[in-house]
Amino acid sequence: MSSETLERHSGAPDWLWYLGVPLVGAVLWLLYGQLVPFSEWITGLLPVSRTSHTGEAIAFFVYDVPKVLLLLTGIVFVTGVLRSWFSPEKTRAILAGKRQIWGYPLAAFLGVLTPFCSCSSVPLFIGFVSAGIPLGVTFAFLIAGPMVGPVGLGLLYGLVGWKIATIYLVFGFSIATVSGYVLGQMRLERYLQDWVRELNAWPVGEPPEEALTLVERLKIGVEQVREIVGKVWIWVLVGIGIGAVIHGYVPEAMMLKVMGGEAWWSVPSAVALGVPMYTNAAGVIPIVEALLGKGAALGTTLAFMMSVIALSLPEMIILKQVLTLRLIAIFIAVVAAGILATGYLFNALL
Amino acid sequence: MKTIKVFGPGCKRCETTAEMVKAAAAELGLEVDVEKVTDARAIAMAGVMSTPGISVEGTLVHAGGLPDAGKLKDWLSA
Repeated sequence: MSSETLERHSGAPDWLWYLGVPLVGAVLWLLYGQLVPFSEWITGLLPVSRTSHTGEAIAFFVYDVPKVLLLLTGIVFVTGVLRSWFSPEKTRAILAGKRQIWGYPLAAFLGVLTPFCSCSSVPLFIGFVSAGIPLGVTFAFLIAGPMVGPVGLGLLYGLVGWKIATIYLVFGFSIATVSGYVLGQMRLERYLQDWVRELNAWPVGEPPEEALTLVERLKIGVEQVREIVGKVWIWVLVGIGIGAVIHGYVPEAMMLKVMGGEAWWSVPSAVALGVPMYTNAAGVIPIVEALLGKGAALGTTLAFMMSVIALSLPEMIILKQVLTLRLIAIFIAVVAAGILATGYLFNALL
Repeated sequence: MKTIKVFGPGCKRCETTAEMVKAAAAELGLEVDVEKVTDARAIAMAGVMSTPGISVEGTLVHAGGLPDAGKLKDWLSA
């Protein structure tokens, strides 16, 4: 890398950022408003009848792909900028020594705001536990992070509406808090891996706080968009593809039978199906959109979505470095119980 | 010869960070020894909770996200 390229990479003047970010935002907003005519136009170009199964599926796909990608870009950018005011170190300082009951909702709340990627969940876990943060509080944090993440909430809002997004927020947050509390009451410290338990008294260093300018925060937002959208777009396409097939081909009668509220086994099956599924919020919500559109029961669908997002097998394998299998099993059981309860509750209510 | 450690479990960002450190050092004409620390326990013990993290001569200077190219040069030459 020559010095010139380095300069150019970091050297856009501030005014360009202050002008460029709102401008790009406005353009994306305008594009977002043109999605229906755009998708109908594309579908019209194809030699299939608009009302056939294939036509329905294609229209769903060409409408959802730009919509989800635009929403995702906006949400990831805004979240990236907002989260630059938070850090795991600050969160740890706030949570350390919070043994009172409100440590749990506080941890869940900070779990949503603190930037962290699943690749550093092990160092984060150790950092929390070694600073004396109770295990249950740490779990509340770790559950809430993915479960009520802004990407999932924002896409739910954009694709299925504010009512369901709000229900999801309230219940996702409650499950994180209550599961953390229950796990905390079970005194599970003895089921940590040996070396983690021995770590408890060790002092750890801390990185210095870096003062950031507003432009640097905007850069973090752009960096996040590049990284996250660059990583998840393939899951988005796969998810929308599955959603399109459901939307176009699956008969409503069959959906009602399999995922309707009547069948008692539909909620546990949705959870059992969701856990090994490895995708992320951006990939699963188009599926949720299609399922709800075809008459799947809300409770069953919520249970499916929550187990996909909050309980992922690869995540558990990463955590195996710090938790024994027994603790992982208890963790999954407690969270799954919360998800099942939510699923049954909504199937009974609606 | 300065010893730089890059902390991260081997994700893409950690690789990029290590490359950025090398590029910045080359530009400053500094001789550096870049060591990648990938063991979760070692990462945590160094006080890094969000990766990638960077330490220069044993002092942690950064944690979480790609470093800023300009700041990186300051840390290396300090």
